[in-house]
Amino acid sequence: MPEGYLPIFIFLPVAVAFPIVLLLVFRWLRPSVPGGAKLEAYECGIKAASNARGRYTVRFYLIAILFVIFDVETIFLFPWAVRYKMLGWFGFAEISVFLAILVVGYIWAYKKGALEWV
Amino acid sequence: METVISHPLFVPLLLALCIIAFAPLAVAGTVLLERKVLADIQVRLGPMRVGPHGVLQTIADAIKMLLKEDIIPDDSNKGMFKFAPVISFFTAAICLTVVPFSERLRVADTNVGLLVVSAMSAVGILGIILGGWSSNSHYSLLGSLRSAAQLVSYEVALGLALISGVMAAGSLSMVEIVRQQQARGIWFVFDNYGLMILPFVIYFISSVAETNRAPFDLPEAESELVAGYHTEYSGFRWGIYMLAEYLNMFVVGSVAITLFLGGWLRPFPNVAWLEIPMNYGVPVLFFGLSGLWCLPASRKLPSAIHKAGLVFIGLCLILVAAVFAIPVANAALSAPFWFFFKLATFLYVLIWMRGTFPRYRYDQLMDIGWKRMIPLGLAAILLNALVGILRT
Repeated sequence: MPEGYLPIFIFLPVAVAFPIVLLLVFRWLRPSVPGGAKLEAYECGIKAASNARGRYTVRFYLIAILFVIFDVETIFLFPWAVRYKMLGWFGFAEISVFLAILVVGYIWAYKKGALEWV
Repeated sequence: METVISHPLFVPLLLALCIIAFAPLAVAGTVLLERKVLADIQVRLGPMRVGPHGVLQTIADAIKMLLKEDIIPDDSNKGMFKFAPVISFFTAAICLTVVPFSERLRVADTNVGLLVVSAMSAVGILGIILGGWSSNSHYSLLGSLRSAAQLVSYEVALGLALISGVMAAGSLSMVEIVRQQQARGIWFVFDNYGLMILPFVIYFISSVAETNRAPFDLPEAESELVAGYHTEYSGFRWGIYMLAEYLNMFVVGSVAITLFLGGWLRPFPNVAWLEIPMNYGVPVLFFGLSGLWCLPASRKLPSAIHKAGLVFIGLCLILVAAVFAIPVANAALSAPFWFFFKLATFLYVLIWMRGTFPRYRYDQLMDIGWKRMIPLGLAAILLNALVGILRT
C-alpha cells in the first residue's frame, strides 16, 4: 500500500531542511573570519606535505565488492524469510541450495585471503 | 477542525514534527547520560555546573556549537563538504519514522519498514564517505574509508540477523512484527526454544559496530586519526554529524527492540496477573523514586538556583509518576513507556560498554565481522528455519 509511504515522503524534505535552516539562520549570529592557517587541512600544526587525493590501499575496494555480493544475497533471503513457514521443507531445501552455493564462494574468498586484513 | 484531527495523516504528521523537534533534545539527553555514566564509571562527577547536576550542559553545548564559526577548508570540495552532514542526518531521521513507539504512536506503517531502515542506513554511509573525501585531509579520508568499510562489513551480519527476526514474525512491517509478538505472547529473543538469542547477539554486536561505538570506534580512534571522518568539521556542521550518530544509536536500538525485545510490549506479555505490577508499578516507582531522590539530594548542592532547580525536577518527576497512576493515562502511556524504557536500557548498555571495553585493532574488527559474524548469521538462519518448520 503506497499510502503508507506518504508520511515518509512528507517527512523527507522536513528532515533535509532542518539542519540547513538551522545553519542558515545562525549564519547571522555566528562569526565568520576565514583566512590563514585556519583554512588549511589539519596536520598536527605543520603544513601538510600533500593533499589527500593520492592513492590508498586496495583492500577497501575488496571489502566493498564482497559487501555487494553478500548484501544482495541477504536481499534475496528476505522474501523467503517472510513466507518460510508456508513454503515448508521445499523452501528450506531451495534456500539451502542457494546458501550452499554462497558458502562455497565464501570459502573460496576465505582461502584466497580476501577476508584477511593484514 | 474536526476533519483535520480525524484525517488519517494527522497523527503521523504531528509525530513527524515531534520527531524533528524532540530528536535533538533526546540526543542532548543521551549525551548527558553518556557523560554522567562515563564519569560515574571513572569515579568522578562529570558536568556539574550548568544546571543542577549539569542537566543543562548539553543544551549549553548545543548553543555554543550553533554560535561557533563554520570553517570550510580551502582544499575541500565545498559543495559536497557542506552537504555531506545533511545526508547523514536525514537518513538517520527517516529511519525513525518507521519505528512504532506504540500501537498508534507511529509516523508511517509501511509493509516493508525494516527494508526502509536498512536501505536508509546504507545511504547514510554516503554521508560519511562524502564528508571524509571532500575534506581533502588524510585523517578524514582514512577515517571515512575505515568507517565505510566497517559499516558495510557489519551491515551484512546485521542483515542476516534481521532475517532471523523476520522469519519469526513472518512480516517486514515493524507494527506487524510487534503484533505477532503480542499474539504469541513472547518476545522474539526467547522464541524457538531460546535459539533466537543467537541472532539477537549477532544483531547487538553488529549494531554496536554500525554506530561506530566502543569497542568498535576505530573510525574515531583519537590516538591515530584525530577525529576520523569529521576531523575538518567544526561548529554546527560537526554538530549535525553528532546528531546523526546519536540518532543512529536510537535507530539500531529501536529496531532491536521492535524485532527482538517486544517493541511496546511489557515484559512477560503473556502473564496476565503481571499487568498491574508491570504497567502501573514499574513506571510509578521508577519516576516516583527518582523524583523523591531529587528532594534530599538538592540540599547538597551549593547554589540556591541549583537547589530550586533540582526540587523542581523532582516535583515534575513525581507528577509524571502520579499521571501514570491514573488508569486512563496509563492505558495510553504504558506502551510508549516500555518502548522508551527499553531504548534507554539499550543506550545505557552501549555507554556501559564504552566505559568498560578497550578498542579492537582494525584487523580484529574485520575478522570478527567477516569470519565470525557472517558464518554465525548464516548458521542462525538455517537453525531457526529448521526449528521453525519442525514446530509448525
